[in-house]
Amino acid sequence: MVALTTALIALGVRGWSPPLIVLLAMLTLVLYAGAGRRYLPYLLATSPILLSIILINTFLYPANDVAFTLGPLVATASGLTAAGQATLRVLAFATSVALFALTTRTDELVDDLERRGLGRRAAFVVSTAIGTVPRMVERAREIVEAQRARGLDTQGGVRGRVRGLLPLAGPLVLGALTEVEQRTMALEARAFSAPGHRTVLRPYPDSARERALRWGLTVLTIVLLVGEVGGALGWLP
Amino acid sequence: MTLTLERVSYRYAGAAAPVLHEIDLTLEPGRVLGLVGQNGAGKSTLCVVAVGLAPRTIGGELSGSVRIDDADTATASAPQLAQRAGILFQEPHTQLASSAPSVWEEVAFGPRNLALPLDDVVERTWSAIDALGIGAIAERDPGRLSGGQAQLVALAGVLALRPRYLVLDEPTSQLDPLGTRLVGEALARAAQSTGAGILIVEHKTNLLARLCNEVAVISDGRLVLNGNSDEVLANARLTEWGVAPPAERRLRRTAESAGLAWQAEWSST
Repeated sequence: MVALTTALIALGVRGWSPPLIVLLAMLTLVLYAGAGRRYLPYLLATSPILLSIILINTFLYPANDVAFTLGPLVATASGLTAAGQATLRVLAFATSVALFALTTRTDELVDDLERRGLGRRAAFVVSTAIGTVPRMVERAREIVEAQRARGLDTQGGVRGRVRGLLPLAGPLVLGALTEVEQRTMALEARAFSAPGHRTVLRPYPDSARERALRWGLTVLTIVLLVGEVGGALGWLP
Repeated sequence: MTLTLERVSYRYAGAAAPVLHEIDLTLEPGRVLGLVGQNGAGKSTLCVVAVGLAPRTIGGELSGSVRIDDADTATASAPQLAQRAGILFQEPHTQLASSAPSVWEEVAFGPRNLALPLDDVVERTWSAIDALGIGAIAERDPGRLSGGQAQLVALAGVLALRPRYLVLDEPTSQLDPLGTRLVGEALARAAQSTGAGILIVEHKTNLLARLCNEVAVISDGRLVLNGNSDEVLANARLTEWGVAPPAERRLRRTAESAGLAWQAEWSST
C-alpha cells in the first residue's frame, strides 16, 4: 500500500517537490531495509527509459527559450525543466515498485490478500503469473540448448539469432499451451475448485501503527490527486 | 464400495476413434491393482477417466459409467471426486501448483483447498512427507527439484488429500531403484493402513509383482487380461502385448527351458 500510494503521488502530482519527496522517502526505506545493492538492477533497468525521456524532452519540447545547441539539435529551458521533472517522476515510481518487490515475498502477499478475502482463483492467478516468468526463462534456455545440440546456430550474428527465434518460439508457446490442460487437470484433482476460502497457513502481524500509516497515505494520495485535478496545488514548488 | 468402470469407452475431443473400448474394471479399497501395457495403449487415458477428469475437464465423449463409491463421475462435483480419488500424473512438474514457495506448502496445497482446520492441514502434510521420506527437502523451492524429487513431492500432495482411491500413472518413472523401493513400500503401507485402493500404471513389473494383488493388461484400448497378479505376470503372452515379465519370471522361464528345476529359495518375493 505504501508503494502503491507513493507511486501514484509521484506520477500524478506535478512539480518538483512531490516526486522528489517520494524518491527520497523510498530511497531511505530501501536503504533501511538493507536492499541497497539489490536495488541497483532496478535502477539499471529503468535507465533506457530515463535516457529517452531526457533526450526527447530536452531536444523536442515545443518551446522557444533556447538554453544551448548541440549541432543541429536545440535544447530549450522549458524542455530541460520538463525532462528533469519527468525523470524524477519515473525514478520515484520505479523506486516505489522496487521497494515493493524487494521487501515483499509473493507468497506472503498472496496469503495476506487471501486472508483479507481475495478469492482463491484471483490469488492463484497473481502468484502463478509472477512465478511463470522465471519458469519460462528456464524453459527457453533448455530449448535453446536442445536446438544448439542439434546444430542450430543461436549465437552468431543478428541474422543467425533471428533465424533461431522460430525454433525457440514454437516449442515454447506450444509447450506452454499443452501444459495448460495438464495443469488444469492437476488443479481439479487437488480440489482447487472446492467452495469457500482456503486454509490460511500463517497470520501476518498488522499493528495499529501500520494500519494508521496505510490509511493516512491513502487519504493523502486521494487529497493530492483530487487537488491536482482541481488545480488547487499550484503553490507547490 | 468400489471404484468401478463399466463398459467404458472414451474418445478425445476432435479425435476420430475412441482410445478406450468397453473397459470393465473394479478397484476395491485396500487392494492394489496394477495396469500394464505398451506405450499408447490407453493407460494414462484410463487413469484420467477413472478419477472423473475426462470428460469433465478435458472434454471428449464417454460412454458407459464410472462410479467412485456412490458417486457417478458424470454428476459429482470436482472437489467431491478429488477427495475420493487422487491421481498422480506422469509428468510431476505440471502436477505441482507452482504457487508454493516450499515443498511443505506444495504438499499442503490440497488440504488447504479443502479449507480444513490448520492443525489438520499440518498433520496431513507432515504425515505425507514422512511417508515418502522427503522431510529433508521440505523447505526447498518446488521449482528447483530434480524429476525424481518432484515425483515424490507430487505423490505426497496426492497422499495428503487422503483419498479412498489412488490412481498413479507411472509413479516411479523418474526414480532410482532406492526411490522406487521407497515409493513401493509407502504405497503398500497406504493400502494397508488407510484402506485405500490403488490403481498403479507401471512398466516396472518387478515392482508390480511385489505390490499388487491383481494386474490388468491393456492393449489398443482394450483390457485383454485381468486377474491375480502372479497368474497375469506369469502369462506367456505378456511380451506380445509389449509388457516385459518380471525379472524373476524371465529367469525362471530360462532356467526351466534349460532343463533346470526352479527352487523356491531363489525367489525374491
